[in-house]
Parts: sequence; C-alpha cells; structure tokens
Amino acid sequence: LVFTEEDTYGLYSNLLFKYFLAEGVVCGHDLCVASAKEHPDNILKELPAPLLDDTYRNEVGEEATSVKSEDFQDSMKIAWRYQNLPKMEASPTSSTKFGHYYDISKRMSPELFQSIKRHSFYLHEESSLEPKMKTCNMNSAYARLLQSIQRIIYQEGFDGSDPQKKQKNILRIGIQSLGSMLWGDDICSSDTPEDIHSLTKFLYVLRGLLRKSLSACIITVPAHLIQNKAIMERVTNLSDIVVGLESFIGSERETNPLYKDYHGLVHVHQIPRLNSLICDVSDTKDLAFRLKRKLFTIERLHLPPDLSDTVSRASKQDLAESAKLLSSGCGAMAIGKRHLDF
Amino acid sequence: QGKFTLLRDTRTDGSFLVHHFLSFYLRAGCKVCFVALLQSFSHYNIVAQKLGVSLTAAKERGQLVFLEGLKSCLDVVFGEEEEQPGQPSPLQFLSESTSDLKALFDFVWTSLTPTGSDSWKGPVLLVDDLGVLLSLGAAPVAVLDFIHYCRVAVCSQLKGNIVVLVHSNEDSEDEENELVVNSLCHHSDLILWAEGLVTGFCKDVHGQIKIIKRASLQLTAEPDLLQIYQYKIQDKNVTFFARGLSAAVL
Repeated sequence: LVFTEEDTYGLYSNLLFKYFLAEGVVCGHDLCVASAKEHPDNILKELPAPLLDDTYRNEVGEEATSVKSEDFQDSMKIAWRYQNLPKMEASPTSSTKFGHYYDISKRMSPELFQSIKRHSFYLHEESSLEPKMKTCNMNSAYARLLQSIQRIIYQEGFDGSDPQKKQKNILRIGIQSLGSMLWGDDICSSDTPEDIHSLTKFLYVLRGLLRKSLSACIITVPAHLIQNKAIMERVTNLSDIVVGLESFIGSERETNPLYKDYHGLVHVHQIPRLNSLICDVSDTKDLAFRLKRKLFTIERLHLPPDLSDTVSRASKQDLAESAKLLSSGCGAMAIGKRHLDF
Repeated sequence: QGKFTLLRDTRTDGSFLVHHFLSFYLRAGCKVCFVALLQSFSHYNIVAQKLGVSLTAAKERGQLVFLEGLKSCLDVVFGEEEEQPGQPSPLQFLSESTSDLKALFDFVWTSLTPTGSDSWKGPVLLVDDLGVLLSLGAAPVAVLDFIHYCRVAVCSQLKGNIVVLVHSNEDSEDEENELVVNSLCHHSDLILWAEGLVTGFCKDVHGQIKIIKRASLQLTAEPDLLQIYQYKIQDKNVTFFARGLSAAVL
C-alpha cells in the first residue's frame, strides 16, 4: 500500500500517479482507477507514453559518457581525504534497470490499452450502496469504493477464491485525492472532523483486501490540508510505504539558490518492513525531484558548493533548517531528535 | 508468571521485539494467543522461520491461536448476514455502534482457557499492535477496559503473561494513543522501550532500547531498575551492546 502525500497544487503527485498506472499498462496488469475529482477515463487518456528501450538507453548513455570525458584525473590537493570515495551518482545508472521509462511530453497511444482490462470508479456516477455490505460507520463514499474493489477482486479472481479463474495477473489500484472534500470527508476542512475514523478504517480494510489478493495500490492524499495530525500518524502506521512530495512552487524555497536545480523535495516517511526483521534502507535520505521536459526524475539532493566570499547569515540559517528537514528519516529506521550542527 | 510486559517504540519500529517474544514463548512450550492486527500471517511466519520456529506447525498442534486482524475485518465488513450464532467475530466492534471490545476479549479467553487435554506451560497473550484498535474506532477507554479484563483473566487467574506493543511519540498529536500508552506504562511490570538514536539515522546502530523493571510495583517498593543498550538488527538476529560500543566503532 503506497501512500503519497500530495504537494500543494497536486501537480507532481498526479505525475507519480500516472507513472504507476502507465507501468501497469506496459506490464499488462489490470487497472482499477478511482477518483472523485476527474473522470478515470480522462486520467487514463493522459498517461505518458513509454519510451522504447533503445532510444532511452542511448540518451542516458550519452549523458554518462559526456560526464566521463570531462573527468580529470588530477588528484585532489585540499580535500584529499575524499579522493578515495566513489564518485557520487546523482541518478541510478542505466545498468540497473527496473521498470520502464516514460516520456511525459507524449501521450500513451490507445492501442496499448486494448489488451488490458480497466475498471473505474468515478464517485459521482456510482449508484448507491447495495445492502450486502455493512457500512461500519464509515463514510459512505469510502464504503462504496471498498465494495467496488472487493467486487472486482472477487469477480476477476485475484484472490484465488475461485479455482477455475486462476489469475496470474496483478491488479493495480490507483485512488486519487482520498480524504478530500470531494469524497465527503471533512478531515481536510475542519479541525475537529465529525468522523476521524473513516479514513483509517478504510485503509485497514483496503490493506486486508490487498494482502488477500494479487494487487498493489497507490493512494494520493492532500495531506497538507488535513488539520488533525493524529490522523496522519495513524495512517503512516497503517501503510506500507509513505512518501511525501513537497514542491517549491509558491514557497520561499523557489528562489533559494540552494534549490535552484530542483522543483521539490521527496520525503520518504516509511518503507516496508515485510517478511523480514530488517528493511532495505538506502544510504541517502535527501531526495529531490526535478521535472524536465520529458522526464520526471528523483535524485539525491546536491547542495551547491558555498563559493561566496561573504557567507551571509541568512543562507547559513536556511541551510541548517533544510538540513534538519532532510535528516528526518523514515519511521522504520530511527529519526533523530536534535540536529547536530557541524 | 503473571507478568505484563509493555513493548513501546518511539521514532522507530519495535516489531522485532514482537517477533522475538513470539518465537521465545513458542519455543518455551507455552500456549500463545497472538492478536496480530497489523500484518498478515505469512509475514510473521516467514520471520519466525528465520528465527527457527514454524508458526504453521504450532498452529496445527494447537499451541498457537492466531487472530489475523486483516483477514477478520474482511469477514466482518463483507461477510454474510447470517453469522454462526454464538460465534461473533472478534472484531465485531467494527460494524456495531457499541464500541466495546467484549467479543475480542471472549475470543482471547476461549483461546487461552486450558482444555482437558492441553499440556502446555502457561498461557501467553501477545498483541501487535494496540494502536490499530484506536484507528479502527475503538474508544481509548474501551481499549483500556479490554486490557484490564485480559490482565485479570490471563495474569491473575490463569497465571499467564501478556505482551503488548504500542507506538508513542513525544510530540505526537494523537492524544488518545498517548493516553492509552501512559496508562499502560503505569500498570506494566516490565517495559521494553525501543527508541531511535537521538542523533538520527545510523547504519550500524539502529536504535537504543531501555529496559525498565518496575520493581516499584512490588510489595517491597524498591525503585525501578533502568538499563539502556543499543542494538543493530540483522536478517536473523538482533545484536545488543552497551552504548557506544557498537562493532563498527571498536
């Protein structure tokens, strides 16, 4: 269960959402798209086109070789201690290929859709709840969505309950902007919402459905609108992966020279610790994202070197602030309380 | 015997302690009732196998009673109207407007009361994790009542042990959760508190664990005993060491 906290205007989280669905199309998985904001068919029309393997690899290969040709072999004179460290790769090398790459300037062609089965749930077109399911004091929109997902899983045989329908395929579920007012939930609009348990109950039952079947789910939530932080803590506990996107649009960071190459930060709040005592934590916690014309990349955050003669107080303060934010790691591993100033 | 152990974590994941206690009690030959609310059975099974215990075998010989919360809630929410009479689901509180956890307690009681043919040493109740009950709509008072009933039944009457995992955070805004955790801390005989390091993420030391033996609850009223160790979690094992003496440093 991948839980994504949306950025303020929802631009970048939408991109991630579409990437997830596009990957499903290319891998031949079944899709189920649920939304209260846009009609799912419209979402599906805007999926990015997959890049053919050779063209992308050529592009990435070119970039890598151009960097290497500039590589000067001079040994470092001042920072010689760092000589022995491996050269830092900002983005993963093309040798470790996982999944497919997409070109977001082009739309996915409809022929790719033909072979996969699509289910959609558009809240405003759904009929009222059938009496078969108990609402459990849950928001009725959530209850309907759960029922719809459960019906798809059961009918298409993703849960293995029907021995004749041996499904070997995976169902990818995408739910957009859950918890927003469009779903009838008021956690985003008021400090003391009427029913704070709807979202968490929904997530728990959804996770039960996911564990029982061959499916994966991504949910985007406008977390910045949720006033009651207790809900976010509980939600983090109930999800497998929690990723937050913070875009720089409209914030003071947009003009900050520290962040001039990037469009926003990626906060990984939780990574899954499934089937094992340990989890796979990467070395770096500082991730930022960047939207190029054709590509949305997530890279390690590189702070530019501090080259000014007079280091102004303001930027140093900001650096410490941002470093503090960056070093708050995932919940699965330890998070520090105080920021140690070096 | 008759002890209540509280597993508490702050800013990190203390579930390795749950896996430890599960395999520990099963290997000791106790009858275990595991209320597993957070993850699926196969997750616990795979980790337990790495620790040398098979949960499927334990279930088959009747030593382990496993309540898989994720599965039971589906039965409650999507189940048929006609339940077997006299056999309400342990997570009945999800669908009903009454938010007491009596059905859950009845389930625990029936699983741990010894039947005639049982030859297991003391019963054990293990809960992972209690905060999920709050997320599902149970009131904090109901959760505390449930724990109280379990203590009376399991610790006093059956002379068994209880181990419960909770999450907490100093600047948490989840007041209901903090209320439950603080209340449980006062009633526990032993508290194992796993915390993230104050200095942040470290590859070699995953956190520190505080062991608090509540001697003050005994009749002799001695002060509580506090020990602090640091730990590193590996694939099949957790190594503990004194603070600052991690293998990476020595």
